[in-house]
Amino acid sequence: MPWMVITGFILVWELICLIFPIKTFILPAPHVIVQSMITWWPQILENSGQTLFTTVVGFLIAVAFGLAGGVVIGSSTLIYNGFYPLLIGFNAIPKVAIVPILVLWFGIGTVPAIITAFIISFFPILVNVATGIATVEPELKDVLRALGASNRQIIMKVGLPRSMPYFFASLKVAITVAFVGSIMSETVAANVGIGALMMAAQGRFEVPLVFAGLIATAVMGIMLYVIAETIERRVIGWATRGINGPGSV
Amino acid sequence: MAFVELKDIWLRYGGAEGTLALKNASMSVRDGEFVAVVGPSGCGKSTLMKAVTGLWPPTRGEVTVAGKAVKGPVGIVGMAFQNSVQLPWRNTLDNIMLPLEIVEPHASRLHAHKSDYVAKARELMGLVGLTGFEKRYPWQLSGGMQQRASLCRALIHDPKLLMLDEPFGALDMFTREELWGVLQDLWMARKPTVILVTHDLREAVFLADRILVMSARPGRFVAEYNVPFPRPRTLETTYLPDFIEITHMLRSLIQSARQDAA
Repeated sequence: MPWMVITGFILVWELICLIFPIKTFILPAPHVIVQSMITWWPQILENSGQTLFTTVVGFLIAVAFGLAGGVVIGSSTLIYNGFYPLLIGFNAIPKVAIVPILVLWFGIGTVPAIITAFIISFFPILVNVATGIATVEPELKDVLRALGASNRQIIMKVGLPRSMPYFFASLKVAITVAFVGSIMSETVAANVGIGALMMAAQGRFEVPLVFAGLIATAVMGIMLYVIAETIERRVIGWATRGINGPGSV
Repeated sequence: MAFVELKDIWLRYGGAEGTLALKNASMSVRDGEFVAVVGPSGCGKSTLMKAVTGLWPPTRGEVTVAGKAVKGPVGIVGMAFQNSVQLPWRNTLDNIMLPLEIVEPHASRLHAHKSDYVAKARELMGLVGLTGFEKRYPWQLSGGMQQRASLCRALIHDPKLLMLDEPFGALDMFTREELWGVLQDLWMARKPTVILVTHDLREAVFLADRILVMSARPGRFVAEYNVPFPRPRTLETTYLPDFIEITHMLRSLIQSARQDAA
């Protein structure tokens, strides 16, 4: 089914380009884009590799900090209330506005791309983990605390496993916005990466190559999304019990 | 010698202007006794549970459990609630064994003596009629089955004190009556001290040795009643004239407690 939709989408696109006289530098037809992809394959591959690298590194840092921060913030109402406004404020800042500052600090290239990917994907992870931990049923907490469980035990036995569905839901959002972050940074301040490639192609009016870059990004995004989803299904099959778990008695 | 003792407990939530939930509440429960606490809605029954288990320290007064003043969570207690709160990522056996991972000395012995503990959990599951459900997940169990699992979890670490907060409140009448029998069997086999908080007067009379009646909020104890029926009690007991008379009398006690508050 997804393949049919994608094929149909490309067919309609091709048809529109055939029927209406749309110039290639406005909207190139799919077959032109494919030609461009073949011509520029080594460059696309190399720059995609760079983008994939910065995205994944930024994303992994975001996972580590998001999990740790989510646990800290979610386990204390005081910290939760204290830090939330600050975090919302940070999240409201357009990340494009941060890139020039990062360039001032770290120069252009890999580091600002990683940091932008990190900043943009950190927030959804943190918020979701914090929510999962903060919303542990009070009765369950009482049962464990009455047994003499420490806060750490409550988080390890209940809070963390319980926040896993939230965590994975956020991973799927985070991995795709991580791409947005790194590519944005590359378009502003880098010589390598898909973003830089697209900016260069645009400067030379090589519009098919710009589109080839977009498609490369989409493919990488889907790839990582699928990986995240596969891990999710392995780890938290219990959360989707109604959909693919064994039936109820 | 009292196993659980409350002396003139006052408990106020949320600072000096907060809700006064308990006022001058005193009670004492003997070792191995089965006590039911009944009272009008919102009378502080659940607060009482928190005070006894050390989850919420009283504002004034002292709680003693097993001869020791309660300063924090007591550890020798098992709890079950109306909502069975099982962990959906654990199967029934692992849910029941959860307290063993926390309470000492079991927690440090669990790894080395896993099979002994599993056998113990299975035995308990057999007593409540859960044999064969070990590998099921909570969402695959009916409400009654979940509540049986909840009882097993409350008892797995051999607590001296069992605190039950309307454990059967969400069940239909037939399942509830069946579980009364299950709980009575468990109690007779192991004789923990039980404090059962309930809205159901028949449940209180069926299960308890002694019934304590609370007033409307701020809660205190206004009456107590010793239940004379021999054990094991059966559903037939609930149709005896005496049984009906006791529930009737409790009903009017609670009615007047409510009116006093109004």
